[in-house]
Amino acid sequence: MFYFENRQIVTPGDLLAEGDYIAGNNTYKSGNRIYASRLGLVEYQGKTVQVIALNTVYIPSPGDQVIGRIEDVNINGWTVDINSPYKALLRVSDAVNKPFRQQKDDLTSFLDVGDLILAKVIAFDRTMDPLLTIREPGLGKITHGQIVKVSPAKIPRIIGRRASMVNLLKRETECKITVGQNGIILVSGPTPEHEKLAILAIEKISQEAHTSGLTDRISEMIRREKGVKT
Amino acid sequence: MIDESGLRVDGRRPDELRPIKMEVGVLSNADGSAYIEQGKSKVLAAVYGPRELHPRHLALPDRAILRCRYHMAPFSVEERKSPAPSRREIELSKVIREALEPAIFLEKFPRTAIDVFIEVLQADGGTRCAGTTVAALALADAGIPMRDLVAACAAGKVDGILVLDLSDIEDKEGEADMPVSYMPNLGLISLLQMDGSLTLEEFKQALNLALEGCKQIYKLQKEALKAKYVAIKEEVESCLQS
Repeated sequence: MFYFENRQIVTPGDLLAEGDYIAGNNTYKSGNRIYASRLGLVEYQGKTVQVIALNTVYIPSPGDQVIGRIEDVNINGWTVDINSPYKALLRVSDAVNKPFRQQKDDLTSFLDVGDLILAKVIAFDRTMDPLLTIREPGLGKITHGQIVKVSPAKIPRIIGRRASMVNLLKRETECKITVGQNGIILVSGPTPEHEKLAILAIEKISQEAHTSGLTDRISEMIRREKGVKT
Repeated sequence: MIDESGLRVDGRRPDELRPIKMEVGVLSNADGSAYIEQGKSKVLAAVYGPRELHPRHLALPDRAILRCRYHMAPFSVEERKSPAPSRREIELSKVIREALEPAIFLEKFPRTAIDVFIEVLQADGGTRCAGTTVAALALADAGIPMRDLVAACAAGKVDGILVLDLSDIEDKEGEADMPVSYMPNLGLISLLQMDGSLTLEEFKQALNLALEGCKQIYKLQKEALKAKYVAIKEEVESCLQS
């Protein structure tokens, strides 16, 4: 038995369903009752009951692409802030192709404190800090563009179903948009005006993530803003 | 303290709450925040985390630790209060922490800390309850997974009559004050204190009165949490129609 309608806003502790159901994201089960554990929108899909959270913290997961900032340089690697409760580690072997000689090479010549990097999480098991790698095509130090920060909960909405939203943004604003799963987005476009438009659109998506018909409104907004400029 | 028609000093019925106003997401730099006005008591709460814990040796390998600071602003009471944490504030910090702990899934964030700051801007009785209520809202706003919201409310005895949600003067002049914090969906009490004296029968009645108060506050908490998002939704829908 369901106690709410699909896509209704629920708060922690709300009884969502009773009976033989599977507790999905942001819910918990007690006996045969399923409760919400976060503020969000309920979704009933067959046997699973889940809540799409309106705000979350980023918990690293292997394979995630993230954007982070170098926070410290150690003997054999870097500590990276990835907008998560856990500091990430980037080891030299996961960053540099050639063999590294501790006596001769200076780590800061590759990456220094304050540098932004696009990286991938390779391991995280909650007993150890997450490990990152930048030894894959497309990853590495970020040299140009602008950074937007949103709640990690909004990332799926910004990407959209089969990347429809992010593709729309790329097409309409002519910017390169790299989305980090940790809620940090890199926007780089031909001019600062293009980037500004993309950032405006991303902020609007993050504000209105819980409403329907968003893709259409965003494309309309971008067209209108472009019309004003030309 | 109670007049011939059975009304209290501020004109309330014995089982009536003070007017309550709640707002969520009031601070932009905190991960989660909330504000409450309960009668003349005004309390602000901010939540940071889960975040890396310093000093590191306090971290627990299997769960997050919850740190709570209840603090009264120097201007919150008639006579200036020293801003240094007093004995009472240290106790209330602990009591509020223990009232919130059972509601949070601390085991989901091992080795981290969740910090809750509760700042009393104006005190007129019932600030530990208002503090608990508003801290629960700020935690939910921060996106921290919770079993239930925590609602808190006091009941007590004034002039021989059991009353709900005591104000400062009722607390001081009355015979008993009993703050209760409650998780209504789970039916669990996470804080129960009392000073003054009640008979066993009065205690049972006062507890039920306080739980009813908590349930009313719980409804307001839910509305406040949703309000932030419902407003945007309605705005969008009205734009679509026009």
